[in-house]
Amino acid sequence: MTTLNSRVPEGPIKDKWTLYKDKINLVNPANKRNIDIIVIGTGLAGGSAAATLAELGYSVKAFAYQDSPRRAHSIAAQGGINASKNYMGDGDSNYRLFYDTVKGGDYRSREANVYRLAEVSGNIIDQCVAQGVPFARDYGGLLDNRSFGGVLVSRTFYAKGQTGQQLLLGAYAAMNRQIARGKIEMFNRHEMLDIVKIDGKARGIIARDLISGKIERHSAHAVVIATGGYGNVYYLSTNAMGSNATAAWKIHKKGAYFANPCFTQIHPTCIPRSGDYQSKLTLMSESLRNDGRIWVPAKIEDAKAIQQGKLKPTEIAEEDRDYYLERRYPAFGNLVPRDVASRAAKERCDAGYGVNATGEAVYLDFKAAIHRYGREQAKIHGISNPSEEKIIELGEGIIEAKYGNLFQMYEKIIDENPYKTPMMIYPATHYTMGGVWVDYNLMTTVPGLYCIGEANFSDHGANRLGASALMQGLADGYFVLPYTIGDYLSDDIRTGKIATDTKEFDEVEKEVKDRLEFFINNKGTHSVDYFHKKLGLVMWNKVGMARNEKHLKEAIQEIQEIREDFWKNVKVPGSLNEFNQELEKAGRVADFLELGELFAKDALEREESCGGHFREEHVTEDGEAKRDDKNYAYVAAWEYTGKPSEAILHKEQLEFKDIELKTRSYK
Amino acid sequence: MDLTLKIWRQKGPQDKGQMVEYKVTDISEHMSFLEMMDVLNESLVAKNEEPIAFDHDCREGICGMCSLYINGEAHGPDRGITTCQLHMRMFKNGDTIYIEPFRAKAFPVIKDLVVDRMAFERIQQAGGFISVNTSGNTQDANAIPISKHNADLSMDAAACIGCGACVASCKNSSAMLFVSAKVSQFALLPQGKIEAADRVRNMVSQMDLEGFGNCTNTGACEVECPKGISLENIARMNREYLKASII
Ligand SMILES: Cc1cc2nc3c(=O)[nH]c(=O)nc-3n(C[C@H](O)[C@H](O)[C@H](O)COP(=O)(O)OP(=O)(O)OC[C@H]3O[C@@H](n4cnc5c(N)ncnc54)[C@H](O)[C@@H]3O)c2cc1C
Ligand code: SF4
Ligand code: FES
Repeated sequence: MTTLNSRVPEGPIKDKWTLYKDKINLVNPANKRNIDIIVIGTGLAGGSAAATLAELGYSVKAFAYQDSPRRAHSIAAQGGINASKNYMGDGDSNYRLFYDTVKGGDYRSREANVYRLAEVSGNIIDQCVAQGVPFARDYGGLLDNRSFGGVLVSRTFYAKGQTGQQLLLGAYAAMNRQIARGKIEMFNRHEMLDIVKIDGKARGIIARDLISGKIERHSAHAVVIATGGYGNVYYLSTNAMGSNATAAWKIHKKGAYFANPCFTQIHPTCIPRSGDYQSKLTLMSESLRNDGRIWVPAKIEDAKAIQQGKLKPTEIAEEDRDYYLERRYPAFGNLVPRDVASRAAKERCDAGYGVNATGEAVYLDFKAAIHRYGREQAKIHGISNPSEEKIIELGEGIIEAKYGNLFQMYEKIIDENPYKTPMMIYPATHYTMGGVWVDYNLMTTVPGLYCIGEANFSDHGANRLGASALMQGLADGYFVLPYTIGDYLSDDIRTGKIATDTKEFDEVEKEVKDRLEFFINNKGTHSVDYFHKKLGLVMWNKVGMARNEKHLKEAIQEIQEIREDFWKNVKVPGSLNEFNQELEKAGRVADFLELGELFAKDALEREESCGGHFREEHVTEDGEAKRDDKNYAYVAAWEYTGKPSEAILHKEQLEFKDIELKTRSYK
Repeated sequence: MDLTLKIWRQKGPQDKGQMVEYKVTDISEHMSFLEMMDVLNESLVAKNEEPIAFDHDCREGICGMCSLYINGEAHGPDRGITTCQLHMRMFKNGDTIYIEPFRAKAFPVIKDLVVDRMAFERIQQAGGFISVNTSGNTQDANAIPISKHNADLSMDAAACIGCGACVASCKNSSAMLFVSAKVSQFALLPQGKIEAADRVRNMVSQMDLEGFGNCTNTGACEVECPKGISLENIARMNREYLKASII
């Protein structure tokens, strides 16, 4: 079996990154302007990378399919961003953040990368504050924190329920500064459709101008993929509608290994689905679990009555409620990690205790918090013997200040007042821990091709703790890639401009054009969405929150059939040389139809339960996930050889030198 | 619900557009407005007709991508939300709904209901940033204390999603609310004070260059803004601008 070279530097974990930076090759500032870098994607990862690379002096071309970098999907992140600042004095440290992240990821991430992430995390906050990100403050003017699932300290920085938005606006502003200086050339409404390699190295891309439909060639000395996650393979997810796997999948087909595709995160607190027409699922920030208590009725007859609309949650007495997370996991209670919380909700709903019409929802109840805050406020305001109404009024005020926009969003969608009646929530596909395999330098298996942010696999293992994706995206973009890429580019200072009128560009451009023409000329019978929804159902039912061998084998078969049908019967109206949203979708779904199969294959291969990957065959006696470190403490990196079914598995053995492999328990 | 839709169709920027009538049936009140549009588009694709182009991405009211002028209002009849958060329960069986693109000289139509909001980008590039190096050598974040009040006000201004509803609902197509939100976010913070005068001057002059109209204090923008950006920001920007003109 080929061993992948992760290029993890020698030395004690605490010093690896520093020692590495001391020895890395640098590019002279005067030479940087002669070096071109393409960045695909301008979310937190791509935006921060583009800005920093331009600041360093490189010539950057950045691409995004939206009309502005600030609309990248990172904008949607609500809850917050972690950093080991220990401002709260509750014992946080780099080591603790590192430890929580490795443990939270169920020991399937690379230690050295995670330590580096923890090490630069504090810097991210300093950087963002300097850029004018309006983080929440306490009355003394200092930064405020909240806590998130899976940890025992309060290390999450936030800007109301709009943290991703504000961080992205910070990176976007940094980009704007460089765009104004002419150091970044921004290509909005452009989609990267393939990569061009010359002599084995990444040297350019083929992109489509989504307004005119024109196919363009762009060359560079290195290409950075920062295109986000592939959760939309499920059709319904919390991701933006346009989030896609195309860039990641196309580079996979051209030699980049794809790692751990089966590690997806199902987020426990989403608004339940309501009908077949539904186009996406809406997340309710996990921070709500700080104050909300999760429960279902303890008696099955109550659950049935609720499902039939004959009983209201407020009519169920305290002793008839089952606070199942607090019952099963007393140490962490409602704040257990996402995979644990999601499965526990599914378990209760599968047993018949769900609380909406379809039995696919549990309650998130703020009543206790409203009372607690209300009494506290009454004391603060010196109100003795406050009435019940006054307590509720004061308590609701605090809840509103903390989560007002989320409550409002919920009310708009469900048409119920969550201050008065508990919210309904259900798990939904949210984040993909798998992605393009990268080494310590964030380089893929193709020289000169990098991958950062959610699109790569490296830092979160089999499960991502809340508030750590934003941290990783910005760490990669602001502080890691700008160093590591210099090491590679220092060999390129004499290369000069890369020509685009070469046979390599001709060939890839032809492939791209042929595929687009096929879609337009194929006079099929079904829309693109028809196939996407079919794929999504197979993925959710058979490769979703719990998986087993039989279902996975069926899924592989069914995905192949849907794919075959797609290529025969897909219908795309309109033409090539115009703004054509159906054509954009067709290309993305074609790629999902291949990725979905590799996803199922990876899940089938991994005979253990860990993090977001739960195999029904591998459970402990009390129904918890059972990991198998002896046989599966590796990264599964897949090499494309023509078809997803024929992909070859390469294993990067994971070593845990600084953290002892332990059963992950939240009891 | 069964509805009659009158939708603006326009092949490209140079083409002449027109309203076209469509019927949709069996619309659930729980659907979002854009899901209703999806249903219509599915039926058009089935009939081999070109679906209606409209902008959208996050579908949860935060990316600012969706637009639509619905029955004469930017983002439709509900308050404080974007089009993707508008639910069909706001309409009644048998209603006729008029759907048009955001109209403003500075927002040319790309196709059907999709407009080009690049003017907003150029305004931000003219100065909507703090000139800090992204080297990671900045001072410790808590070394810059900011009063909770100012941080909250700054956050409120920074909540603007750049959708352009303010422009579309203004009779003069003014971009003042948008620009003032951006200026205010920084004006309320200690960071970047040194370049405050340049920032406001440059952003305002870029706004004028883009062909947006003047503000006549009508306030329609505030009413239609999905993020509740307040007119106070315009006052704050005017103060900033005046200060910048004096020095
Ligand atoms: C609703 C929601 C809430 C979340 N909340 C949190 C939270 O509180 N804390 C946290 O840490 N994480 C959170 N996350 C996760 C986090 O937001 C994402 O993992 C992270 O923002 C991803 O950033 P990114 O830069 O890797 O990708 P994205 O922000 O997804 O950016 C992708 C970019 O790639 C571009 N792109 C994609 N394909 C192409 C192509 N082919 N050609 C050209 N451009 C392309 C897009 O235009 C976009 O610019 C949340 C996620 C969701 C969905
Ligand atoms: S000020 Fe309001 S209406 Fe105008 S762009 Fe910002 S969010 Fe949209
Ligand atoms: S689609 Fe993002 S705000 Fe409406």
